[in-house]
Amino acid sequence: MLLNTAPIAPMFVAQARTEFLRLIRIPAFTITSLALPIMFYALFGLPHAHEELMDTSVGLYSLASFSAYSVLTIVLFSFGASVAAERGTGATRLMRAAPLRPMAYFGGKIVASMSFGAIAMLLLVAFAVATGGARPTAIMVITLLVRMLLGSIAFTILGFAVGYLSSINSAIGILNLINLPLSFASGLFVPLPELPPFVQHIAPYLPAYHYGQLAWGAVGVAQESWTTAAIWLTGYAVVFLLIALRAYGRDERKEFT
Amino acid sequence: MTDPKRAAISFNNVTKGYGPLTALDSIDLVIPHGQAIAILGPNGAGKTTAVSLMLGLRTPTSGEVEVLGGDPRDVRTRSTMGAMLQASGIPAHLSVSETIELFRTYYPKPMNTVQVVALCGLHEKLTTRTVALSNGQLQRLYFALAICGDPTIVVLDEPTVGLDVEGRHAMLATIDGVAKRGRTIVLTTHHLEDADALADRIVVIDRGRIVADGSPAEIKATVGRKRMAFRCNASFESAEAFERAGNSYEILTDRPEAILRDLLARNVEISNLTVTGASLEDAFLHLTARAGDHAA
Repeated sequence: MLLNTAPIAPMFVAQARTEFLRLIRIPAFTITSLALPIMFYALFGLPHAHEELMDTSVGLYSLASFSAYSVLTIVLFSFGASVAAERGTGATRLMRAAPLRPMAYFGGKIVASMSFGAIAMLLLVAFAVATGGARPTAIMVITLLVRMLLGSIAFTILGFAVGYLSSINSAIGILNLINLPLSFASGLFVPLPELPPFVQHIAPYLPAYHYGQLAWGAVGVAQESWTTAAIWLTGYAVVFLLIALRAYGRDERKEFT
Repeated sequence: MTDPKRAAISFNNVTKGYGPLTALDSIDLVIPHGQAIAILGPNGAGKTTAVSLMLGLRTPTSGEVEVLGGDPRDVRTRSTMGAMLQASGIPAHLSVSETIELFRTYYPKPMNTVQVVALCGLHEKLTTRTVALSNGQLQRLYFALAICGDPTIVVLDEPTVGLDVEGRHAMLATIDGVAKRGRTIVLTTHHLEDADALADRIVVIDRGRIVADGSPAEIKATVGRKRMAFRCNASFESAEAFERAGNSYEILTDRPEAILRDLLARNVEISNLTVTGASLEDAFLHLTARAGDHAA
């Protein structure tokens, strides 16, 4: 008898499907992550959609802002909350005892959260177009989507770190404490020029600010080049990865050695 | 390649400590292919630690654990094993059949789903979300996940914990069905009758050490005690420890004839006398009893 292992592709697909089902079957998550960005757009963007803001319309500018908020929130929460929950319920132990490959496990989560993030963002775009809030070109939408998905990797890693640093009970609270102030101070809710001056000073040092720059750049109104934004986000991704690996290693020593 | 004569699982002078605490102390244990073995012991004896080492969830402090001649931390080794753990979770948002399908993809040659479901008796719950399952159904699902990969070794940590009598018997029958398929089965349990019903061999561990190792019959023979029960009107004194409830007495003894002779010589009325072979439970208590400091 040869000792062999299961092919990784079907395992990866099954894992991604499982994670996607988690995102669409937990109403508290599904509804808030699909509806909140649309609601914010309707409240903050739509009423002034045709006013001018930084060489474009408020409608288009806030479509980019809330696209960033939407994808960022989804990857942060789907990773952070699910990792914390699986550690808390002991699902991690069962999956480790089984011959599940870590690559399929993490890869499945990434693919699922990015797919769901893409759906949420495209729904927001559809809402903006349908209500006459913005008329983005196809190129703008595609550029925005690609940038949001690639840029979200930094926040995926942040979610992973929080998932390993928090418990099943505290994860959601901690994620909100990170997500809301971060999004606000980075100008994703209210345009940067309208933020209090001290926040405007902090903003350029925040990862979500540079993520926002990627989004605004996709509709032609960025204040920095996409390469600058990408370098900042890569730097943050490395920092988050170091924190995540440290937290992961600590958990590993406690639970699995 | 695995040598068929090679052990399914072997512990070679294995010690496992957590900080200052020694959970397993110099364990040597060889489990041959196809054996159904029960590991018994009080809480904190080291049963779950032993299971975790077999599954590669933990690493020995010293010594070596081999499964089919390989390291259980190697994914190739774990591809031949299925496990049911204590206090483990599964994704709450999946249905029973989705969960089984998911775990099947982890294994190179999984059993077909129909067969898994038939072995575990979950046909009526296939579309139910796992979060809505009863305790017994959930345990059967965990068992299904343990066997769905058609593993040669099945490791079950307390498979009947939290089940009612009916659920326990259903679970035992299910495990027995798999044992009959020639799998190596390792099971830990607090229910000694489970071990008696399922295992070819019982290893009793206490404070991280093996205190007895043999067939269920041998374990009982090691102790060789009888349980005497009777009713007696007069008050009864004996050198042996006994339990009294009203007029009913129960004595664990290796010399029931002498006690009986003594009783008859006193000319007292006794009734409802029974003498039975000690149960595994009795044997177990005897083996793990420690003078005055039994774990609270």
